Amino acid sequence: MSRAALLVLADGRFPAGGHAHSGGVEAAVRAGRVTAAADLAEFCRGRLHTTGLVSAALAAAAALGTDPVALDAAADARTPAPALRTAARRLGRQLMRAARATWPSPELDALARAFPKGAHQPVVLGLTARSAGLEPQDAAYCAAYESVGGPATAAVRLLGLDPFDATGVLARLAPELDRVADRAVEAAREVRDEGRLDALPAASAPLLELTAQAHAGWPVRLFAS
Amino acid sequence: MRTTSGVRATARVHARRDGRGGTCLPVLDGEGPLAPRRTRGTGDEARVTLVGAMSGPLGGDRLTVETEVGEGARLRVGSAAATIALPGQTKEEARYDVRITVADDGELRWLPEQLISAGGSDLYVTTRADLAPGARLVLREEQVLGRAGEEPGRLTSRLTVRIGGGCVLDQELSCGPGAPGGWDGPAVLAGHRAVGQVVVVHPRYGERMPEARMLGEGAAVLPLAGPAVLVTALAPDALCLRRLLDEALAVLERD
Repeated sequence: MSRAALLVLADGRFPAGGHAHSGGVEAAVRAGRVTAAADLAEFCRGRLHTTGLVSAALAAAAALGTDPVALDAAADARTPAPALRTAARRLGRQLMRAARATWPSPELDALARAFPKGAHQPVVLGLTARSAGLEPQDAAYCAAYESVGGPATAAVRLLGLDPFDATGVLARLAPELDRVADRAVEAAREVRDEGRLDALPAASAPLLELTAQAHAGWPVRLFAS
Repeated sequence: MRTTSGVRATARVHARRDGRGGTCLPVLDGEGPLAPRRTRGTGDEARVTLVGAMSGPLGGDRLTVETEVGEGARLRVGSAAATIALPGQTKEEARYDVRITVADDGELRWLPEQLISAGGSDLYVTTRADLAPGARLVLREEQVLGRAGEEPGRLTSRLTVRIGGGCVLDQELSCGPGAPGGWDGPAVLAGHRAVGQVVVVHPRYGERMPEARMLGEGAAVLPLAGPAVLVTALAPDALCLRRLLDEALAVLERD
C-alpha cells in the first residue's frame, strides 16, 4: 500500500466530477445565508457534522469491507431529498469511472454492475480507497474533507470570495475534521463487529435537504447541486 | 416513580381488530408521567390521548412508549399538551423512546403535540417505526427549540422507519448548546426555532409515488427511496410549523 494514493484520491484534480457541485452553497448564497467567509465557515461546519459525518462513516465502512449494496441502502435512508440522492448517484458513477481506470479491482467492477446508474458517492469512495490499498481512516478523511472542500471552492466562484479566506476556513476546521474522521471510523468498526447498519450515524441538516430540492428546480444555475 | 437518578417509565398501547368492524385496546398501560387514555374515536378508528401526569421528561428520566397496531386495526394517538423537556436535578441526559409496530392492513396516525426543548434541558429522543409491507402510517414530529424567547436546551432526535425490515428513513437532528458545531448555521437550522417532519407510509406508494414538491421555502414533500414520503419543514415558531405540516398533509391526502 502507498499512502501517497490518498493524495491522488483527495486531489481536487482527480477527475471525479466534484467541481460541478456546490454542496448546497449555491442555494445558501442565493438565499443570502452565506455572504462572507464567516458564514461560509458556519455553513461548512454544519455540513461537516451532518452530511460529512455520514459520508465519512459510509466511506470508512465500505473501505473496511462492509457489503456496499447494504451501505448504499443505508445512504438512501439517510438522504430523504430525491435531488440529493440523484446527485450522490451521479457523483458515484463519475467517481467509479475514474476509480476503475486508476485502481481497477473486482470489487469495483461488481459494484459498478450492481448500480449501472451509480451507487452513492461515499460508498464508491470507500471502495475506491480499499482498491487503492488505503485504510478506512483515509477514506473517512477523504469524504469528510470533500464535504467542506466542495462548498469552499464553490463559494469562491459564487461570491468572488478571496481564495485565501476560503482556504483559511478549511484550515481552521482541521481539528473538527480529525474528530469527524475518528467518529466515522469508530462507527464503521461497530457496523463490522456488530453487524448493525444502524450504528452508522444519521446526522441530518434540514436546510440542506430543503434547499437542495428547491435548487434542483431552478431554471438556471451554476452548479448541479 | 422519581428518584434522584430520574424516572423510568413505560407506557404500552396495543390496538386490535375487535371482530365487529372496530378497534379495541386490549393493552392500555401507563406508568409515572405517562398516562394513555382512551378517548372518543371515529368510525372504526380507536383514539388514545397521552396525558402528562407529571412534568418532564427531566434530566435522568427514561421514558418509553410502545405502540402496537395489529392486523386490520386502526389507531390514532395524540397528546393532551406539548411535551416539555426540562433540566433535572442530575446532569444526566433524559431519554424518550417511542417504539411503533404496525401489522399488515393496520393503520396508525401518530399525531402528538410539540416537543419543546426548554433552556438547560438535555434530551435524546428516538422514534422507531417497524411496519409490515401492507401497513399504513402517518407520523408527525415537531421540535420547538426553547419556550418563547428562551435559548433551547440540548436536543437530539432520531427517527427511523422500516418497512418489511428494510430501512427507508434514518434521520437524526442535534441542536442546542453542546450539539456538534454549525447546528444553527446556514446549512442546518439558520435561526429557525421550529422543525418538523411528517412521515406517510401507504401501500399505494408501492405503485405510484407522489412527486417531490416545495411548499414555499420552508417545507418540502420528499418521496423516499422506499414506499414512503417525508414532509420536512422549518419555521420560525410552532404555529407556523403546524400550518406548514397541515398543508403538506392535506396535499398528500389529496394525491
